Amino acid sequence: MTASARRERSEVVHALRDAGITALISFGLFLPLVGLLTITNMNNELRLTTRLPLLVIFVALIAGVRLLVTLVIRPWAERRRALSTRKPFSIPRSFSRWFVPFAIGFLVVYPFISLAAVGYSGSLKWIDNFGIQILIYVMLGWGLNIVVGLAGLLDLGYVAFYAVGAYSYGLLASHFGLSFWILLPLAGILSSFWGILLGFPVLRLRGDYLAIVTLAFGEIIRIVLVNWVDLTNGYAGIAAIPRPTFFGIPFNTDDNGFAATFHLTFSPTHRTIFLYYLILGLALLTGYVTTRLRRLPVGRAWEALREDEIACRSLGINTTNTKLTAFAMGAMFAGFAGSFFAARQGFISPESFTFIESATILSIVVLGGMGSQIGVAIAAVAMIGGTEIMRDMDFLKAIFGDTFDPTQYRMLIFGFAMVLIMIWKPRGLIASREPSVFLKERKTISSELVKEGHG
Amino acid sequence: MDVFVQQLINGITLGSIYGLIAIGYTMVFGIIGMVNFAHGDVFMVSAFIALIAFLIVTTWLGITSVALAIFIMLIVSMAFTSLINWAIERVAYRPLRGSFRLAPLISAIGMSIFLSNFVQVTQGPRNKAIPPIIRGEFILSGHDAYTVTLSYKQIIIWGVTAVLLAAFWYLVAKTSLGRAQRACEQDQKMAALVGIDVDRTIAMTFVIAAALAAVAGTMYVMYYGVVSFSDGFVPGVKAFTAAVLGGIGSLPGAVVGGILIGLIETLWSAYFTIDYKDVAAFSVLAITLIFLPQGLFGRPDVEKV
Repeated sequence: MTASARRERSEVVHALRDAGITALISFGLFLPLVGLLTITNMNNELRLTTRLPLLVIFVALIAGVRLLVTLVIRPWAERRRALSTRKPFSIPRSFSRWFVPFAIGFLVVYPFISLAAVGYSGSLKWIDNFGIQILIYVMLGWGLNIVVGLAGLLDLGYVAFYAVGAYSYGLLASHFGLSFWILLPLAGILSSFWGILLGFPVLRLRGDYLAIVTLAFGEIIRIVLVNWVDLTNGYAGIAAIPRPTFFGIPFNTDDNGFAATFHLTFSPTHRTIFLYYLILGLALLTGYVTTRLRRLPVGRAWEALREDEIACRSLGINTTNTKLTAFAMGAMFAGFAGSFFAARQGFISPESFTFIESATILSIVVLGGMGSQIGVAIAAVAMIGGTEIMRDMDFLKAIFGDTFDPTQYRMLIFGFAMVLIMIWKPRGLIASREPSVFLKERKTISSELVKEGHG
Repeated sequence: MDVFVQQLINGITLGSIYGLIAIGYTMVFGIIGMVNFAHGDVFMVSAFIALIAFLIVTTWLGITSVALAIFIMLIVSMAFTSLINWAIERVAYRPLRGSFRLAPLISAIGMSIFLSNFVQVTQGPRNKAIPPIIRGEFILSGHDAYTVTLSYKQIIIWGVTAVLLAAFWYLVAKTSLGRAQRACEQDQKMAALVGIDVDRTIAMTFVIAAALAAVAGTMYVMYYGVVSFSDGFVPGVKAFTAAVLGGIGSLPGAVVGGILIGLIETLWSAYFTIDYKDVAAFSVLAITLIFLPQGLFGRPDVEKV
């Protein structure tokens, strides 16, 4: 036996022992919750049954993955690291130059592609579930990006402003019959007022504390929505919210409806396509305004605030105003998105504005790479598109049996993906910073060189 | 007056549970400066394990002694929850040490979502209820209209909390592990230089935090007799509030804060409206952070350039 063969053998033995220990630990981890199942029997008493096969599968899977990592993946990664010098990943200028127009062009023709591919009834799912749903989150992500990514203020209660926008539209439209186009800006204004109102008390807080207080505010607003039944109808929510019209032309089968006016056969997909373009426009507006704001003094003040609050203050920047404008701008876009959401659903209830929503939006911003607009959009597509795909994985039923419901696992995988992506790329997918102000040439620096979240 | 005394008793009981969870927050924040967002869900998992242990003890083993049953529930729940939290620290937080500040928080939020959904998927979304473990109470003052009672359950919760806090205080104040923890809290690099295994100390902190959360979880199951997968979030936030109110990083502060939050919640429910009891707790959090950011027992945070 040669020396190298012996070393290889000892490596295998070592990896096997390691996998054995992992199996033992994971057996302990999963024994109570996976190995045992609490079920209610006929007499309505709680009883236990065992699920040992499932436990064995879990343990074997984890030990197998561990073995694979130590024997195959880690040596491979080390060989690769030895070969290449580490460079911070950044988007080449040429890429971002053509990517954005290409992406916008694709989004504009997307409904027609899907119409051509799967017809009117088939494309409803593609435009609504994928197009509109993802674009709402892109818009929310960009809105929160102002607060978290640019100003560095960690906000865990962003969904509160989304709720304010949605309830503004829902209540004002159903009680006073105001049109969508009046209420859209109004919802934005009301939300930004709330942004300032909630921003004031937390001005002195920083980092994690700010996050928890904003979380508390978000929950307070949700609890008020649940309990103020006279106004909000509590858990039952507001139903039959008037839908937006095409500049006064409703989407229905009437003679003055959209289909009749434009001599088309009536289809509910028309409204969906209109809503798609509406949210596309709103999202692009958010992105455009953010990009422009970054070049204005207020945007530069936000970014300065994120990098170092003390330095910022000593340079004479009014940090109070800077923080409040960030809150107000972020909240305004959430208000727009909220009123769109209410108009699209036609029904809103406090269930749509739970903490999980805030966490989802925040994770989109962080996973995308804070401050990077393209990154946020890509993260929204990956996270929301991914969870939507989980919805219709019916083929999994063929593998796991008819009782298997993939939607149950959406949030489970979502949570775990957040952890994994943080470990893999803690700075987000696009972890480079392009300065908006520069002297002679634009230099992209890795975001590992700057700090954030101190604001 | 009777209502007040009764709510005082209920509030201290609830506050003991919050205090036990709050210690986990305060310790982890003290040592690695991170809000362990998943801690509320670790508490929920521990309550589930205690419930499962109760079912094993009563339906499989047929033990009828109440004291033994509670003891076994405590031990089983503490052991498994500690293991789970150790693994969580190893998988989700340790690789992020030294990474940028928000990374562990996001990872913890992900872990929190994962834990509650994991329990939902493996154990089902319905509330799990068990018959009351202990019945009986002392009647402190009786009228026809209102009797003030102190149930045996509440006495057990007070007793267990007090004993475990004493043991825990001894661990932190007198043992070498406690000294290592306090050293890491002050300066991790320096602690490593004088020969403290920082990783191990942090892992032990998570284990202790989980063990105390498991005590809280067991008490919760015993007190309410029902638990569901979504029961982690609100107690978690309230316990964090307690930790902040007491001054984050301060152990007696966490307990005092917990009892204060418990009292505020029960008194608010009794005298105002039960619908807004969570609003009361959350408002306390906001008000504390805004006007008294260092809490009742905390050290003021000095801002360094």
